[in-house]
Amino acid sequence: MEFPDDLLYTKEHEWIRVVGDTAVIGITDYAQSQLGDIVYTELPDIGTEFAPGNAFSVVESVKTVSDIYSPITGTIEEVNDNLESSPEQINAEPYTGGWIVKMTISNADELEKLLSPEEYESLVNEESH
Amino acid sequence: MRENVGARGLIFNEPLIFDISREGRDGASIPDGVGLPEKKIESLLPKGSLRDDIEGFPSLSEVDVVRHFTRLSQWNYGLDGGFYPLGSCTMKYNPKINEDMASLPALNNLHPYAPEGLAQGALRIMYELSDYLAEISGLAKVSLQPSAGAQGEFAGILIIKNYFESIGEKRHKIIVPDSAHGTNPASSALCGYQVIEVKSGSDGLIDPAEIEKHMDDDVAAIMLTNPNTLGLFESQILKITEIIHKKGGLVYMDGANLNALMGIVKPADMGVDIMHFNLHKTFSTPHGGGGPGSGPVGVTKKIAPFLPTPVIVENNGNYSFQYGNKDSIGRLRAFYGNFGVMVKAYVYIRSMGGDGLKKASETAVVNANYIKEKLKGIYHLPYDRECMHECVFSDKIQGENDVSTLDIAKAIIDRGFHPPTIYFPLIVHGAIMMEPTETEGKETLDSFIEALKDIAAKAKEDPGSLKASPEKPKVGRLDETQAARNPKLRWRAGQKDG
Repeated sequence: MEFPDDLLYTKEHEWIRVVGDTAVIGITDYAQSQLGDIVYTELPDIGTEFAPGNAFSVVESVKTVSDIYSPITGTIEEVNDNLESSPEQINAEPYTGGWIVKMTISNADELEKLLSPEEYESLVNEESH
Repeated sequence: MRENVGARGLIFNEPLIFDISREGRDGASIPDGVGLPEKKIESLLPKGSLRDDIEGFPSLSEVDVVRHFTRLSQWNYGLDGGFYPLGSCTMKYNPKINEDMASLPALNNLHPYAPEGLAQGALRIMYELSDYLAEISGLAKVSLQPSAGAQGEFAGILIIKNYFESIGEKRHKIIVPDSAHGTNPASSALCGYQVIEVKSGSDGLIDPAEIEKHMDDDVAAIMLTNPNTLGLFESQILKITEIIHKKGGLVYMDGANLNALMGIVKPADMGVDIMHFNLHKTFSTPHGGGGPGSGPVGVTKKIAPFLPTPVIVENNGNYSFQYGNKDSIGRLRAFYGNFGVMVKAYVYIRSMGGDGLKKASETAVVNANYIKEKLKGIYHLPYDRECMHECVFSDKIQGENDVSTLDIAKAIIDRGFHPPTIYFPLIVHGAIMMEPTETEGKETLDSFIEALKDIAAKAKEDPGSLKASPEKPKVGRLDETQAARNPKLRWRAGQKDG
């Protein structure tokens, strides 16, 4: 199980990579392993605004359907169109090719509430035992 | 141990019907020399009623067709063939007398437009069935119109919406516990409500304090299932329904798990205002591909005026449809519901009687507890307490050897049983949900338990072998991912099989 140390995490198993004013968001390696083979991803429209806890995307696997929640307040800048034809990217490369959206960060203070890699790793260890 | 019921037999391959077609072959011929004139179809029907040739339309002889469909039917697994412990689905045996009665020509051949005077028997069956369901639930009135459970829920939520409109209140939210059936939040959302998900407590039950926290005068209703999807009875139900009622809300009960309650508890006595029944679960009519469902909806007196139209009324032994109720949510579908299914449920209730229905519920609960006790410790039981009509295990123990719920389910197929429900309810990781129903004898339960013990032993000694299962059916483990990512839903002329 990988927990890259340049990322921030949420309890709901999303990861966030901060690049300037933009947050790249996806789901973690643990999340994809729990979901199993992903077969469909519903992506938001560019320009839509989300607040923390709002569902911005839906990921469907052979096992289940899951909402993906926005970790921060922001506006969708870009979505990963590749996922429409190749949702399996999320399984194969959860932290790179499997990114889901890019959002502008409206309130940088919110980033401080997110989990560090260590905090997230211990959360996963708790949950899987 | 009895011999594994999943022994291998001869199963025929069978291509698609299009692929066995041969030009010029057909199934019927009119003998020559009988004096019937032969005419071109174009001279008999107007042009608008003729359809174009269908490319690839199969031409086959009678024997080809009979063998084709007989072979396909042999790939099927149903209740007439074996045990079907699919949790939350109540796959009980469907007694043949139900089919006999539903096939009576007087019922089977009755035209839906027959005048009421010529359909008194059918109307009486519907009237009495509504009455029986009202008696079983303790509710005042029941409409048989919804075509299946999900439409029953839809009707129920529409009734709730219309009720609040009629008293001039605008409420926007519905509370749904996280152990709910997926259709509950879906029905709420479809009717425009915001769904408030409430987490279950560590005992698997709804915590009244959580409901109290979310209940306000913007909440129209709570949708709950009792017993819940963990197979546990919501012991705080009276407290929960009181909290909802105090703030003017309504209580909707999903009737999926009614098989645990018949003749023992009336939902209305638990504070339920509205519920749907699944005739294809609790009342022994075919479930799934075996026939359409039926999801009657029952309500208290207060909200009875909102039931779908028409309702059946009785006057001096005469039955008729009543239309034009101004508060009604209207019609849900053409005609009056799935009538054949109603006949089967009616026959079931009449042949069981009140005592029989109670005994069915009691036996269903005993059977589930028997499985639970026999498999406890061998499989992880996340909520270790008395269950109702179903029990939920997980793959936690087998997971240590990298054997998942899916592997266990596939291995059950090799041992001659339909797998239980898996990965539901969502609040249990790797859930395996078993509902034996009352129609199975101890011998069947014992051989199922033996099969599961055998799988647990394999998971320890030779976990890799379970990954290869199922090996005995006609096809092995299907590629569910490919099927979902790249579905092929219909045959097309000239399309290569691939």
